[in-house]
Order: sequence, then C-alpha cells, then structure tokens
Amino acid sequence: MSSNGTKEFVLALVTTPATLAHAAADLDNAEVLRIRNDFPALQQTVNGQPLVYLDSGATSQNPISVMEAEQEFYEQRNAAVHRGAHHLAVEATDAFEDARQTIADFMSAGYEETVWTSNATEGLNLVSYALSNAALWAAQGRGDERLRALAVGPGDEIVVTEMEHHANLIPWQELAFRTGATLRYIPVDESGSLLMDEAARIVGPKTKVLAFTHASNVLGTINPVAELVALARGAGALAVLDACQSAPHLPLDVKALDVDFAVFSGHKMLAPTGIGVLYGKQELLDVLPPFLTGGSMITTVTMERAEYLPAPQRFEAGTQRISQAVALAAAANYLNETGLDRIHRWEAHLGQRMVTGLQQIPGIRVLGPAAGQDRIGLAAFDVDGVHAHDVGQFLDSRGIAVRVGHHCAQPLHRRFGLTATTRASAYLYNTTADVDAFLDAVSGVRSYFRV
Amino acid sequence: MSLDQLYQQIILDHAKVRHGSGLAEAEVPEGASCGQSHQLNPVCGDEVTLRVAVKDGTVSQISWDGAGCSISMASASVLSDMAEGMTVEELKSVIGTFREVLRSRGKIAADPEILGDAAAFEGVARYAARVKCAMISWVAAEDALTQAS
Repeated sequence: MSSNGTKEFVLALVTTPATLAHAAADLDNAEVLRIRNDFPALQQTVNGQPLVYLDSGATSQNPISVMEAEQEFYEQRNAAVHRGAHHLAVEATDAFEDARQTIADFMSAGYEETVWTSNATEGLNLVSYALSNAALWAAQGRGDERLRALAVGPGDEIVVTEMEHHANLIPWQELAFRTGATLRYIPVDESGSLLMDEAARIVGPKTKVLAFTHASNVLGTINPVAELVALARGAGALAVLDACQSAPHLPLDVKALDVDFAVFSGHKMLAPTGIGVLYGKQELLDVLPPFLTGGSMITTVTMERAEYLPAPQRFEAGTQRISQAVALAAAANYLNETGLDRIHRWEAHLGQRMVTGLQQIPGIRVLGPAAGQDRIGLAAFDVDGVHAHDVGQFLDSRGIAVRVGHHCAQPLHRRFGLTATTRASAYLYNTTADVDAFLDAVSGVRSYFRV
Repeated sequence: MSLDQLYQQIILDHAKVRHGSGLAEAEVPEGASCGQSHQLNPVCGDEVTLRVAVKDGTVSQISWDGAGCSISMASASVLSDMAEGMTVEELKSVIGTFREVLRSRGKIAADPEILGDAAAFEGVARYAARVKCAMISWVAAEDALTQAS
C-alpha cells in the first residue's frame, strides 16, 4: 500500500538468462521484404521496371527511421552545439553527444575516441595532415616526445596496398610528398588477396604508417586485419583501417582489431551524406596536432597563439554536422537491431550467388575471390567486348542500378589490365530475386551488343 | 525512350569497325599541317587521341587511337568518315551543331542533312551521363583543328 492508500502494482523486471534468449534467425527473403518496407526509395520503378538497387557499395538508401531522426532534430532541437545555455542548445548538444556515444558503442570504441568527420576521405586526410603537422611541430620544438615519435619525415616509409580506394592512397602519396617519406605498397595476387609474404618483407623498421582497407570495394576481399596489425606492431608503425566497406556490413570492433585509426562514411550505412567517423586511440588523438583549426576546438586563444582541447573536440573545428550525426546514430541503431552478424551472413550469401551466377555466363570475368571463397556482398566484373558503361546502361534499362567505372581504384584496375568494370553491391535490403534479375540481365548483355 | 534509340544499329556497327582508328599506321598526307589532341573523361576512363591533317584549307585525314564505351568509339568512327574532305570551316560548323544537339537534352532534333550518320547520336542527348562519351572525339577534333590551322 502506498502512502495515499491506493494499491500499487509493480511490474517485476526479470532479466532473461542468456541461455534462454533465442538467437535471431538468419535473414531470408521474407524478412528482407519486410525490411524493404522501411526504405521508400526502393519502392519506385525505373524505366518501367521495379528498381533493383545494387549500388549500395557506392551509397546506401535510408530507412524512414533515419530520415525521421534528422527531421525530428530540425523540428524539435535545432541549435548550435557546445555553446549557448538555452534549452534548445542543451537539447541539440545532448542529441549530438548521445549520437557520438551510439557510434562509439557501434564500433566498440571509447567516446573520446570517436571523431566526427564529413566522410571517410576527410578522416584519412585528417590523420595524414595531423602526421605531417606533427613533423612541423616537432621541428619547431612544439609538443613533447610522444608527438616527436609520431612525426613522419625523410627516410620514413608509408605502406598501403594495391587494392586501396583512392581515398586511402592519395592522402598518403601527399603525406609522403610533404614530408619526404617514401610510399610503398603491398601487391595483390591474381585472386585479389594481399601477398602477405611481400607484406612481411615490405613492412619493416622504417615503416611509420600501414594503411589498408578492411574489405575491398572492387574485389570483395576481406583482408587479414590481425596479421596486418601484427606486422605494424612489429615495425612500430601506426595501423590505419579503411572500414568503409566493413562498418556497414559486418560487426566492427576496433578494440579487438587493435588498429590505431579507423574511418568510415555514414552514407554507405543507411545514413545521409556529409557525415563520417574517425576512430583513433585516445593516447594518439590527444597528442596529434589538429588538422582543421578554428572555433570550438580551443581552450585559450590570444592574438598570438592558441591551446587546443583534447580529442574529440580537438579535431572538430567549426560548426558540426549535427543533424547528420543524429541520423547516423539512428542508422547504427537500425543496423544493430537487425544484427550485423545476420546482415553479414545474408550479404555473403548474396555475394556467393552473384559470383556463382556470373561465372556461368560466357565472356564474364569476375575480379577477386572465386565462388566458394570468402567475399563481401559485391562483385565487380568485366564483360568481354563490352565497355562497363554500356553494361551499366543496358542494366539501367532493366531498372537495375549498378556502378560502372574504376570505382576510385585505378591502380587496382590497371593491375588486372582493365580501365573499368561493372560492380553490383548488395545490402541488407536486397533479395535473392534482385541478384537473379541482375544475373538474367547480365546474361543478355553480349548478345545485345552483338559480341 | 528505349535503349534501342540510344544504341542505334549504326552506332553498334561503327563501335566495331572504328573507321580512322590507328594513329601509328596512318601516314600523314604530304604537305599537310597537323594538329593532335588527347582527351580523357576521368569519370569513365574514355580516352581519345585524335590527329587532324589539313591541306589547302581542307581536312585531308583524321586518325585516332582510343579506348572507351561503344558511344565514344562509334562517334570517333563516324566523325572520321564525315570529316575527311570538309573544309576546316565546315567541320567546325558541324562540330558546333553536333554539340548543340547533344547538349539540348533531346529538345533539338538532329538534321541528317547536316550531321549525316552523326544524327544517330541524337538519342544520347537524353542521357546526360553519356553526352561526354559522344563528344570526346569531337572535342579532340576541335582542339586539333585549332592547332593545324
């Protein structure tokens, strides 16, 4: 009985023992069709045919919950963050920082280790410029010995791989140019795997940075992160992970992987454009000089100089991408609720279906691992005698959206003697019927173009 | 708009025969002045290197090397067929007309009297992403003409 004499009914909260919680079943077509209902963009027809969207490797579609999160922010909480004492400013700051915690949890990182960027490209530029700034600071006696240890200079080596997206290649080329360091790369073999013997030979005492992709956006290969990180550790080098093709599609645990930095983009994981994430180990982020400077990242400023906040604010100069960050958190929640393990298994299934089907079509050459070998849910291929743009145009006439070109990986295409390929990339909202429609269309390409 | 209107038979044919293709093999006519231009579409990797030989104010030869989609290769082939024998001014005028049609998003019909086989590229105008494919060799020709004359 409560003090006012009425009876209170209290619902007992009982935690279900882990052994009794039933594991979520694997995704199947029926479940995927339910998922598709959350994605308005997928409900349309293109050229009179139902849209078959197989270009999520380039950019993904957004579920309603993500679009509503962004709209709700603007309708209810829009204000500048980290400044102003009024109600909306507090609400906006809370939403922004809650989003950061959600993304930190999403990748098993610490809150202070989660930095907002505009996209993965900016994250990689941030790290590479911070490293050359470290050299400038060290040369002028600024910072302590921890910073001097990070400075990149002549005689140092930066190592990437032959399968990198331009975003994880060019910033390192330019870092080498600015600092006098040398850029080297780990080659790939015919099946699209990194030559790990070569990697062990190339990564050595001179290596300051080893930057590599978690999964190739062209080959579909999943790289041996643990082995590569071990090489970096042995050399005393920083390990930088491009997680653009992994964070949206499989469970990402940056602590378990033990990388020093990782980047990914929101728009490839159900979120809007204009938001990305940089993970960095706190002890590194707090020591590195900033990349962009200005408001919101300082402690004290005089007319002569400024002192900087620790991470993450240290790297978040100027007005931030607030609504986009809030929307990215909603996207991470959507992925978590669906289960990244389930998403990964389903997409691996679709990837195998693509490769198996493509290999049976005459004149098709698939890049990367053969059917039966591990790959993420994408496949890039060459059609003998037909340029990729013509392939893409033909598929578009059937309502099938794929990527054509070099997919921002010119050196990798050159490695395989090609300038362009066609790439189909799946996501959690694709059915086996999507893959089959794609395979059926591809099988008609060469006869249409009379080859 | 159907795919067949984009990929007209004449385009598919020219993409295969590639008239004028083979820079190294083409001997420059005696007494002609030459201009050469390399054009690259970084978006798709289409690439054309085209040489124009001009003698007495007339285009005496067009030869080119290139790699790219059927639209870009066919348009270089058609251009080679058409241009030889035209005066420099005629070719410049035809290039201008071709560009106008392609940039019109389908609003300007191609006149076969003026554009000949190149009128077949009319359908490309409705595919904004492919306009550069059709234009690449014509832009190279325009640049090469300026150098040659």
